[in-house]
Amino acid sequence: MTDSIKNIKQYTRKDFVSDQEVKWCAGCGDFSILSAVQNALPEMGVNKEDFVFVSGIGCSSRFPYYVDTYGVHGLHGRAAAIASGVKVANPKLSVWMMTGDGDSMAIGGNHFIHILRRNIDVNIVLFNNRIYGLTKGQYSPTTPLGHVTKTSPYGTIEHPFKPGELAMGAEGTFYARAVDTNPKMMKEIFIEAEKHKGTSLVEVLQNCVIFNNKTHQEITAKDVRDDHQVYLKHGEKMLFGKEKEKGLVLEGLKLKAVTIGEDGYTMDDILVHDAHDDDPTMSFLLARMSLPELPVAMGVIRAYRTVVYDQALEQQIEEVKAKSNIKNMTDLVNSGHTFSL
Amino acid sequence: MNNSVKFAAIFFNTKLKMVAKNHKIIELDKVVVKFAGDSGDGMQLTGTQFSDTSAEIGNDLATFPDFPSEIRAPQGTVAGVSGFQVHVGHADIHTSGDLADVLVAMNPAALKYNLKHCKPSSIIIIDVDSFNDKGYKKAGYEIDPLTDKSLDAYKVIKAPITEMVRLTLKETGLDPKTIDKSRNQFVAGMLFFMFNRDIQGGIDFLKTKFAKKPALVDSNVKVLKAGFYYAETIEELATTYVIKPNLNKKGKYRNIIGNQATAWGLMAASERANLPLFLGSYPITPATGILEELAKHKELGVKTFQAEDEIAGVISSIGAAYAGNFAATSTSGPGLSLKSEALGLAMITELPLVIVNVMRGGPSTGLPTKTEQTDLLQAIYGRNGEAPIPVVAASSPADCFDWAFEASRIALERMTPVILLTDSYLANGSELWKIPDIDAMPKITTDIVAANDDSYLPYNRDEKTFARRWAHPGVPGNEHRVGGLEKSDGKGSVSHDPQNHEKMVYNRAEKVRRVADMYPKQEVLGKKKGKLLVVSWGGTKGGVYTAFSDFEEKGADIAFTNFNYIYPLPKETEEILSNYETILVCELNSGQFASYLRSTFPQFNYKQFNKVQAQPFMVSELKDKFNEMLEA
Repeated sequence: MTDSIKNIKQYTRKDFVSDQEVKWCAGCGDFSILSAVQNALPEMGVNKEDFVFVSGIGCSSRFPYYVDTYGVHGLHGRAAAIASGVKVANPKLSVWMMTGDGDSMAIGGNHFIHILRRNIDVNIVLFNNRIYGLTKGQYSPTTPLGHVTKTSPYGTIEHPFKPGELAMGAEGTFYARAVDTNPKMMKEIFIEAEKHKGTSLVEVLQNCVIFNNKTHQEITAKDVRDDHQVYLKHGEKMLFGKEKEKGLVLEGLKLKAVTIGEDGYTMDDILVHDAHDDDPTMSFLLARMSLPELPVAMGVIRAYRTVVYDQALEQQIEEVKAKSNIKNMTDLVNSGHTFSL
Repeated sequence: MNNSVKFAAIFFNTKLKMVAKNHKIIELDKVVVKFAGDSGDGMQLTGTQFSDTSAEIGNDLATFPDFPSEIRAPQGTVAGVSGFQVHVGHADIHTSGDLADVLVAMNPAALKYNLKHCKPSSIIIIDVDSFNDKGYKKAGYEIDPLTDKSLDAYKVIKAPITEMVRLTLKETGLDPKTIDKSRNQFVAGMLFFMFNRDIQGGIDFLKTKFAKKPALVDSNVKVLKAGFYYAETIEELATTYVIKPNLNKKGKYRNIIGNQATAWGLMAASERANLPLFLGSYPITPATGILEELAKHKELGVKTFQAEDEIAGVISSIGAAYAGNFAATSTSGPGLSLKSEALGLAMITELPLVIVNVMRGGPSTGLPTKTEQTDLLQAIYGRNGEAPIPVVAASSPADCFDWAFEASRIALERMTPVILLTDSYLANGSELWKIPDIDAMPKITTDIVAANDDSYLPYNRDEKTFARRWAHPGVPGNEHRVGGLEKSDGKGSVSHDPQNHEKMVYNRAEKVRRVADMYPKQEVLGKKKGKLLVVSWGGTKGGVYTAFSDFEEKGADIAFTNFNYIYPLPKETEEILSNYETILVCELNSGQFASYLRSTFPQFNYKQFNKVQAQPFMVSELKDKFNEMLEA
């Protein structure tokens, strides 16, 4: 909704707080995501009545009840299909799909890849806590190999998905990552997701305090986070570390973390982030980065502009309408081969 | 070949003119013609040409294509036979006909497959050039059927079609494949002669059909004429037939296929409700025609969303309905199974949605291209929890339009998903459709909440209908959430309160029960009270009605009623059933509607007439059954 013509009302966080009691466990990462969303919404230039929050099933999927906008709490895995229907039916709406790693990577995997492939202008927030929370502690498609859960008492023998790679493999045009411990980062990224035309996927590394506590600790803990995260911004150098003394360089087909001033690396060697590149190769490399060799990438890793489904559909309808003599059903039923008896 | 020599002489040595032949013309009330050949032989096209030109001269008609589920099964085999049956009449036509009066068999396989669908003494036109050892072998014949007396009861016209078509088009420079593809027009020409039709109708059809390929118009017209003059020449066709116009049909008509009528019914509802139409659907035989038809109509703003699977088809429609579109989804049996969970969501969110289920032979993948009525109980009951959904069924290809419109009206005015049942026989069959006055159709009134309505509560109900109101995103002040969790009465918050749950279950059921207030009176034909009531529902109406009329004309103690409103049943149902000693329920399954009636009104005497061969009823078998019942 870029309309400067449209009269956008002024809102505060409070306008987006519903009267429903929030029923997540104390200390759940979902609270900070909710709060970051409620802080970001007033800054998106969208009227409150134009927001629709949809979800599937799971802890994350209770989200629509807690934001005072239009919303649909759907079926397990089907949020992407609901969101597609809402957005295609009325492209003026800002549609948000709140989902989890079980909801979108497992039962809803098919809908998830196809919404990305179609590039429908929906914002997806994927709460990745690498566990089934609402069903109380079974492994999910993002649970690390070997992890012990209630349904893998001897450790999982399944390879986990990396949501970012899955999204790009499905021709996704926008992928960002954030951590639930950084409200400012989440808010900035949610606003970027809204700005992007096409399907925006934001993966939030979220902590499940009950069934998978500290699963992202290595990335988010205060003492290591500066060295273990790189917050990427389009057009800026890929720097990290407390003093931004470290950076990423490309060597052959691999990324490498270096310290500026050591081993002959200077600031000039550090890569500049181009989220808009149509070639997804670098986006893949960045999304794949993992500890301990490389920091984990945060921020908007990819934001590539191309044809957007809902816009293309409206355009096609306008073009066909302009060319056709059939203006209503009366014209249609009387068109073509008819007989007068 | 004697005939072809004679033909060539006429065709090449004389001017094209009507050659007077001393022949007899017989008037027929109705006739069934079946065209059969390989999938690639153009039988559907020839059938359509014959039916369109029949309509042009005022005959009533119904058609039914019978094609294999394989796109191109091995040539010349029985599995690859594609058929098209046309029933035309001076009399009213309600089915595509039982057995054929005329069979066109382009190869031995077509003959083998269709002989059992021919009347004794029927006329069989064969392309004798394809009746050779190779052809017999492929068709699975052990002995040449032209020599073993198995065809003695029929009047077989052995036309050297391939040879004569090649002769006719020899000078055109067309490639052999294209030349052989126009064999169907030779047959068409023969039939135009046999039925005393003006050949110009056939020519006009070809001109429209091949408008973008003028070369094909010329060659096909040549062959059409060649067939016509060949028929005029041969001795076997000394008798020809004429079917006078049907005088019961007056006004402007078009030929319409069931799936197209369903699509148009949804579009008409969208226009009369003044809401944009959204169809979320996944291709599935035999329902795909609805998606294909709606995809054409962007000029009227129709949005079709070809989803990644059946589930996304219906779920995207639920999203569209929440967003304020008139939403529908189309599918067939296996797809309806996949959609069951979503139908529960549509039911509990109380959003308007039309689910078209084009029934095919089941279970599982079953017989995808064939017809059956075996999804009835799935439609009525097939969901978890207590999830009542209205069900209506269409009865003929053309009335798919009316029932799609009616399903939409119920959905939109009563805020509920509605299942519309059609079947493969209706979906692919065609008949004459009197073009309706769209502006005279009822307006569909929706209760859409205006901006900033302080009184709005998502689950408050209308006193009369029990329907909740519809608040669209994008409209300020009515922000609310819906979902699959149980909702509190009125406000719609998530609620696990036991009393509230029970109340909501009964409220939703009551809303669906009150749908019956919208119905016109259930019609009964024949005796008001008496021995036998024959009952059909949905697509079996045409056959059962035709058989019934025959007995009624003779004054038999019989009555007939057809159900289109399936769930809930019309209010008069119990009273109607109470007037007859025996109720015979005729359906294409093993007794689903009968068991539904039995469980609803156990006090009556029900008998069943069932057929589960994935084929429609034949009028003759219905008549035999009625006779047996009346004599009992």
